[in-house]
Amino acid sequence: MISVPELSLVVLVGVSGSGKSTFAARHFKPTQVISSDFCRGLVADDENDQAATPAAFELLHHIVGVRLSRGLFTVVDATNVQYAARRGLLDLAKSHDVLADAIVLDTPEEVAIERNASRPDRDFGPGVVIRQRKDLRRSLAKISRDGFRRVHVLRGLEEIESARLTYEKAWSDKTELSGPFDIVGDIHGCRAELETLLEGLGWVVERVAGRAVGARHPEGRTAVFVGDLVDRGPDTPGVLRLVMGMVAAGTAICVAGNHEVKLVRALNGRKVTVAHGLRESLDQLAAEPPEFVEAARTFMDGLLSHYRLDEGKLVVAHAGLKEAYHGRASGRVRSFALYGDTTGETDEYGLPVRYPWAEEYRGRAMVVYGHTPTVRAEWVNNTICLDTGCVFGGTMTALRYPERELFSVPAQKVWYESVKPLGGPAREPGMLDIGDVQGTRHVETRFGMRVKVREENAAAALEVMSRFAVDPRWLVYLPPTMAPPETSSLEGFLEHPHEAFEEFAAAGVSEVVCEEKHMGSRAVAVLARTPEVARERFGVSDGSAGVVFTRTGRPFFGDMTPLVDKLREACEPLWPALGSDWVALDCELLPWSAKAGELIRAQYASVGAAARAALPEAVSVLEAAAGRGLDVGETLTRARRRSSNAALFRDAYARYCWPVDGLDGVRVAPFQILACEGKALALQPHAWHLETLAELSSPLITHTRHVFVTLGSASSRAAAVDWWTSLTSAGGEGMVVKPATYVGGRVQPGVKVRGREYLRIIYGPDYTESLDVLRRRFLGKKRSLALREYALGLEALSRLADGEAGWRVHEPVFAVLALESEPVDPRL
Amino acid sequence: MLLTISTTATPATDLGFLLHKHPDRVQEFGQSFGTATVFYPEADESRCTAALLLDVDPIALVRSRGKNSPDFSLSQYVNDRPYAASSLLAVALGDVFRTARAGRCVARPELPGRAMPLEIRLPALPCRGGPSLAERLFTPLGWAVEAEAVPLDEGFPEWGDSRYVRLTLRGDVRLADALNHLYVLLPVLDDGKHYWVAPDEVDKLVRAGEGWLYGHPERGLIMRRYLGRRWSLARTALARLAELGDETEEQLEPAVAEEPEAGETAADELAATEAASEAEPGTEAEPAAEGEPGAEDPKPKSLNTRRREAVLATLEELGVTTVIDLGCGQGELVGALLSRPRFARVAGMDVSPMALTIAARKLRLERMPDSKRARLSLFQGALTYTDKRLTGYDAAVLMEVVEHVDPPRLAALEHVVFGHARPQHVLVTTPNVEYNPRYEFLTGLRHSDHRFEWTRAEFTAWATGVAERNGYQVAFRPVGDDDPEVGPPTQMGVFTR
Repeated sequence: MISVPELSLVVLVGVSGSGKSTFAARHFKPTQVISSDFCRGLVADDENDQAATPAAFELLHHIVGVRLSRGLFTVVDATNVQYAARRGLLDLAKSHDVLADAIVLDTPEEVAIERNASRPDRDFGPGVVIRQRKDLRRSLAKISRDGFRRVHVLRGLEEIESARLTYEKAWSDKTELSGPFDIVGDIHGCRAELETLLEGLGWVVERVAGRAVGARHPEGRTAVFVGDLVDRGPDTPGVLRLVMGMVAAGTAICVAGNHEVKLVRALNGRKVTVAHGLRESLDQLAAEPPEFVEAARTFMDGLLSHYRLDEGKLVVAHAGLKEAYHGRASGRVRSFALYGDTTGETDEYGLPVRYPWAEEYRGRAMVVYGHTPTVRAEWVNNTICLDTGCVFGGTMTALRYPERELFSVPAQKVWYESVKPLGGPAREPGMLDIGDVQGTRHVETRFGMRVKVREENAAAALEVMSRFAVDPRWLVYLPPTMAPPETSSLEGFLEHPHEAFEEFAAAGVSEVVCEEKHMGSRAVAVLARTPEVARERFGVSDGSAGVVFTRTGRPFFGDMTPLVDKLREACEPLWPALGSDWVALDCELLPWSAKAGELIRAQYASVGAAARAALPEAVSVLEAAAGRGLDVGETLTRARRRSSNAALFRDAYARYCWPVDGLDGVRVAPFQILACEGKALALQPHAWHLETLAELSSPLITHTRHVFVTLGSASSRAAAVDWWTSLTSAGGEGMVVKPATYVGGRVQPGVKVRGREYLRIIYGPDYTESLDVLRRRFLGKKRSLALREYALGLEALSRLADGEAGWRVHEPVFAVLALESEPVDPRL
Repeated sequence: MLLTISTTATPATDLGFLLHKHPDRVQEFGQSFGTATVFYPEADESRCTAALLLDVDPIALVRSRGKNSPDFSLSQYVNDRPYAASSLLAVALGDVFRTARAGRCVARPELPGRAMPLEIRLPALPCRGGPSLAERLFTPLGWAVEAEAVPLDEGFPEWGDSRYVRLTLRGDVRLADALNHLYVLLPVLDDGKHYWVAPDEVDKLVRAGEGWLYGHPERGLIMRRYLGRRWSLARTALARLAELGDETEEQLEPAVAEEPEAGETAADELAATEAASEAEPGTEAEPAAEGEPGAEDPKPKSLNTRRREAVLATLEELGVTTVIDLGCGQGELVGALLSRPRFARVAGMDVSPMALTIAARKLRLERMPDSKRARLSLFQGALTYTDKRLTGYDAAVLMEVVEHVDPPRLAALEHVVFGHARPQHVLVTTPNVEYNPRYEFLTGLRHSDHRFEWTRAEFTAWATGVAERNGYQVAFRPVGDDDPEVGPPTQMGVFTR
């Protein structure tokens, strides 16, 4: 029976004709086996072109490297009879921190020669095999010293033929354990606090002769210790006794800390510097019976440096672990897990300077660790350090998983003086890395969609985001685009409510809400009750208490403070209603000209001006020509019609323009509450949003008129159509039709039904002249985009509500902006 | 989309012969973007008027550009092309009056050679530069110009004038010349960036300028505007995002060219570079020979040049060999660094893909020898995101960059550059706002994208704080003439750790 690690590099060793490929095909998946012959074929079109050998191995090493970095089990099928060849592969495995096993096929020489002779593509004589055989014999004597975890030698055809293969799980692999867990930070001999902590978490501590020897949780929870049980504190033996009892009983697992490692070395009689509280442990253990000391030594010596738990979603290591090392095994992985990523420098207290790996962590697994004492346990990119310096008089902290709740108890006293003050939070909270956004990326959402962002779109978004957007800590959401319904075939209309109702009815929606579309600029307001809340929740400490930004994340107005302050005042009723100190609102800001003035003048008013200057003149020369008896009838009629269209166009945009002076004349129409503390409210029914927002009363706030429609009722539909008709004939932009409650899936979250006159702004003054052509519009891309952006928006809000790291919220927000730069018919 | 040409020559109806269009007929000519109609609202012995009415179909216009048209913004659909006398009218005029423009008239061969009294009217001429530019362009060609600005919207008088001009030209001019003047100058005045003219059209237009363009006092401007906007092709994505945020594209324009020396825009500079590269193939993109004897140009060095020289001199003095230019723009400093072999590794980063494209062209990346190319990397990045690619250089340069960052974001920039990338040296230059009163025509800040400009005291305070927080020393140096009263135009901080 050959047993190899689940994640490892297996190196087959054997002469040409020894049956390696047959062996590999029998035991491994074809994709797992990389053969030198295959690579030679790729680089030379001829599997036997020996001149291509160096290139073939270069390729082989590359493929193997890529597979290992992605955590894939890999087998190398090459002769590997020479030490140098095996060395290269061992180095490769080592550089990816995976173990390597060798399987030697010791086939009789004459069998190999005969096999080669019978294969027409192997035209070399027996000399090659004889030479390889000599190399192999020489290798076999010392291959066990090459550096393989294990060398499996199969002697003779029978052993090769009958070999069976099994896989060993990595020692660190406890992915089958799903908890729930109570993960405990550094203890350092603080037995009393540990008992208090466990009892506070609901554990029942078992005592023998007054000494804690084990603990069970009535709900079957498992404790996870992040190491550093020993040194400095008053009762290292007591802590060891309790933890060893729990581990032995299966109610706890424990990883090694650097202090255990050093204590074991000291107990083994190795020469170590007695410092950092080691003296206390040695003295306390000296008072214990030798059997206990030996049991403790064995226990600590057997501790692993990290575990992967709960299907790989949780990683525990004493000093943390970067993603590339999860589940890997090597000296440096162990060293990272025990000591962290040290830079080699020491600080002014003589302590090693630690590289802030967590700031760059982008992995999906939660990493829980200790090692570096801080005042407060804080999340940094889905990692958390639980060492809150109990032995230094701080607290002892535990994390309840999967609940993500922290629980701590204070130290009874300062047990040991710290040479340096406890550190603050490790990471600048709002800091983002280019790796969060650049290049082609896929953003996972919990709303049934994995959204691809293309590189060129990310590039455009990066420019806009970094040059113009508000501080990303405030930029917690960008609104998704919205599609129109199927095109109407009704005479004179491009869009009509009928198609919207049909669409939702067909999707099984029974009730929709029609909300008036305010024609202004889309605005997202993120408001904190006070600047202190802004600092606490968003990490923004410049004294601001909110932002109002556009669809591209740009601030409204040079100085946002007056608008933010007025909005905060208007939102006072929301704080108690939501039980939150902050809120994010989706709004429309009116008038359109307040933000879009420049655009209106450059684009819309200019078109109007040109039309009104040119068309009357065209009409008059055509009339003169007609007066001469020329046949210009058709052209003249058309010019007259276009002249009146131009006037309608002018009225269409002018309706949405009015002068503002400061905030005088500005209106904000909130129509949805996006999120507040702990809640992604965008998923609430629209009735709730509209009712809650109706409570706001301020001259700044405009309410959103709306009607609910029962799709099964013809009269209810007809009433809504009448309402839309009256809105749009009075110059309104139109309405948005949304399912009354969250639906999800492939159903649009809403469609916009725009008015006939408003559409002149979008399709041009004369669009009513060519409706038949315009009806051939393609909505597919826009609708798909709307769904993807909607999922991203909800994902951003959910991550925000869950208190995830800044970059995690930024990722989907950035993706919305990137998708918005995709070329889609802009009139939709 | 309307042009009328009248004459009071006797007999006025000769106009029909010259134009090859019979005064008593209404003729239609299909164009890829609509229909051109020629007819005569008046035609008698004493006065004859031909009208060219161009009915632009915006939908056909979009389709005529093919589905690969990159211009996916709303302004493609709602625009002035159906009404204004734009480049499209020039194209239609070129087509419909081809023979007349060539000065041929088989029926009456003597007519084309004669100047005749003409009156040309364009009710809505897009004219970037206003009525005065129309005067400057047409007057030297022998026209009496009457140009009147069209108001933007009578309902909003505070909005002022539109970019259209009601233009009347009167003069004794050969008809063929008159048509060629319009053919060339309409697109020049229009200068609309969304409606670029295909490269072969450019050649045709330049040919139409034979005989009068060379001697025109505004020849430079005319040429520049033709070539200038061709790179607008590349900026669709930005245009879309601009509209999304209720802004014009100009409001998001990359801040690449400051204090431009020759032209008006970055595009003008590009055009000039292209022209130069065509003229002298094989010359290196080297900044104008610095202090070389016999240099012909006695002009004083621009501030841009002096700033670049100051940065280069400081880098050489510090003895650094690897440099990253953060916010490299069009790559002027990168080019200068590359031309000095002592800089073994040079990188340029900018947030604008457009700027990087221009930089790649200016540096002639495709033609660069491998050994030189190997020393250079150019990439997109932003100073508010930590970035591994910024690490490992001896020195980082932030030349006229910090003032483009919103003040609340400066802490992020500080973290990225001084906390994360942490090169041995950082050079920061920024305008000294105290110097601004020395610029005669300057109102406000020196560039529309500047978020602030610092006094010397403000810069010193910021730089000292940055240095203290991140373990650097900082020294300050003036760039440009150090005015005893207001200091130098540019200030530089040299950070070292």
